[in-house]
Amino acid sequence: MTPTFNGYRRANGRVGVRNYVAVIPTSVAASSIVRGASEIGAWAKPTPHQMGTSQPPAAREQTERVLVGTGQNPNVGAALVVELGTEESDAGELADQIAETGKAVETLSIRDAGGTRLAVKRAKEILKDLNEEVSLARREEADASELIFAAECGGSDATSGIASNPTVGNASDRLVEDGGTASFSETPEFIGAEHILAERCVDDELREHLLERVAQREEMADMMGVDLRGAQPTPGNQEGGLTTIEEKSLGAIAKGGTTPVEGMVEYAERLPTGGGLVLMDTPGYDVESVVGKVAGGAQVVAFTTGRGSTTGNPIAPVIKVAGNPKTWEKMSNNMDVNASTVFDGDSVEEVGGRLYDTLLSVADGQHTEAEKRGLEEFAVNEVQPKQIAGSGVGR
Amino acid sequence: MKGLVIDDVGLKLTAKDNVATALDDLDAGRSIDAEGVDIELLEDVPFGHKFSLEALAEGDKVYKYGEVIAQTTQPVEPGAWVHTHNAESTRGRGDLSEVGQ
Repeated sequence: MTPTFNGYRRANGRVGVRNYVAVIPTSVAASSIVRGASEIGAWAKPTPHQMGTSQPPAAREQTERVLVGTGQNPNVGAALVVELGTEESDAGELADQIAETGKAVETLSIRDAGGTRLAVKRAKEILKDLNEEVSLARREEADASELIFAAECGGSDATSGIASNPTVGNASDRLVEDGGTASFSETPEFIGAEHILAERCVDDELREHLLERVAQREEMADMMGVDLRGAQPTPGNQEGGLTTIEEKSLGAIAKGGTTPVEGMVEYAERLPTGGGLVLMDTPGYDVESVVGKVAGGAQVVAFTTGRGSTTGNPIAPVIKVAGNPKTWEKMSNNMDVNASTVFDGDSVEEVGGRLYDTLLSVADGQHTEAEKRGLEEFAVNEVQPKQIAGSGVGR
Repeated sequence: MKGLVIDDVGLKLTAKDNVATALDDLDAGRSIDAEGVDIELLEDVPFGHKFSLEALAEGDKVYKYGEVIAQTTQPVEPGAWVHTHNAESTRGRGDLSEVGQ
């Protein structure tokens, strides 16, 4: 029997596990306004970011994809898009795209509102109205197959590839078996393990696409004239026993379990529902990578760590999975699932089952440690000029 | 946990591997029974770090997960700590490329 959870079914049929009003700035110029306005209640979730009012087209397209995808995520019941009024990205256009999901979306221009003080006041009024509508939604039973589960790793060490990543991989396998979607990303951390992923691709076209994207990430080291070893593995990874990017990658891909690779989408592009294991082409930066998958529609994230990490997300609950017993002890108030018990003899299947149960409980509304502590990092991956000029990474 | 536990203190992930992962902070001089072969640790090996199960020549491939994770940059004795001081990646070497110079 397929497991179920209770979630919020949206007008377009997709199911949210939270019921938030998103407060989305079109640029950095509106970021402090969304923060100020969101003090109105914990249900208002700001997504402040650092992108400027003017970006090259390829970079702007990616920023817009992230902001629209974030608003479209089914954990969001309604959204307010805020602009200064000078941005090349138009708040009205972004709002229209978010509203295609059938949810209520409003816009606000700081200039038209009469400056920051009045803009915050007006934003709070709009948010209050939106929330009145959103709070009418009730949880109803939904099938696990409607979940998109994103996996991320950060602060990796040698325990990641042995304990926490295989645990997440096992939970991903269980969800795929139950008809859902599992996704992992961080393309630079496929380097050295891409041949294994390539073998698991469902067809040649996908296989070639995957290998091309990995090659592009490796070439970026060439374009920048740097030695990837300076950044990958990070000094922290190295202290934790990881010697090379190949070693880190071979551990990292364990997050994807053992099922076939069904597809690979762009950064922040929509992940299919009921899609099996689908990769996303993202950088290795944790916050940007999580944000990309949540913009792609992931309702719940599992984040594995060896050395410890505190990363959360404003829109999707982040379940922390610790692989290192010392980190589980020292940072227990940031950790949700202890995968380090595999070193004491627990099987990966047992711990993976525990994580899958946690995933469903969190989908039902149980708060993660990151949620309890208000950890809600948000950052957009910026397409760099050399990427645009070079190989079209990030389009 | 996948793999073979060696003398309670090391983890050899696949039969093909020539390094094992330390399951505890291990002290230099410790003797380890590695599948019937006695190995003495030449250095301290911290938890999660690797020690060599075999004698390796410079440029030899290092195997973990049954896959190549590095190549050695100098000869490595059995029982030696294997890390960035004696092994390196073969990938993403933009420093050796002329493109970005």
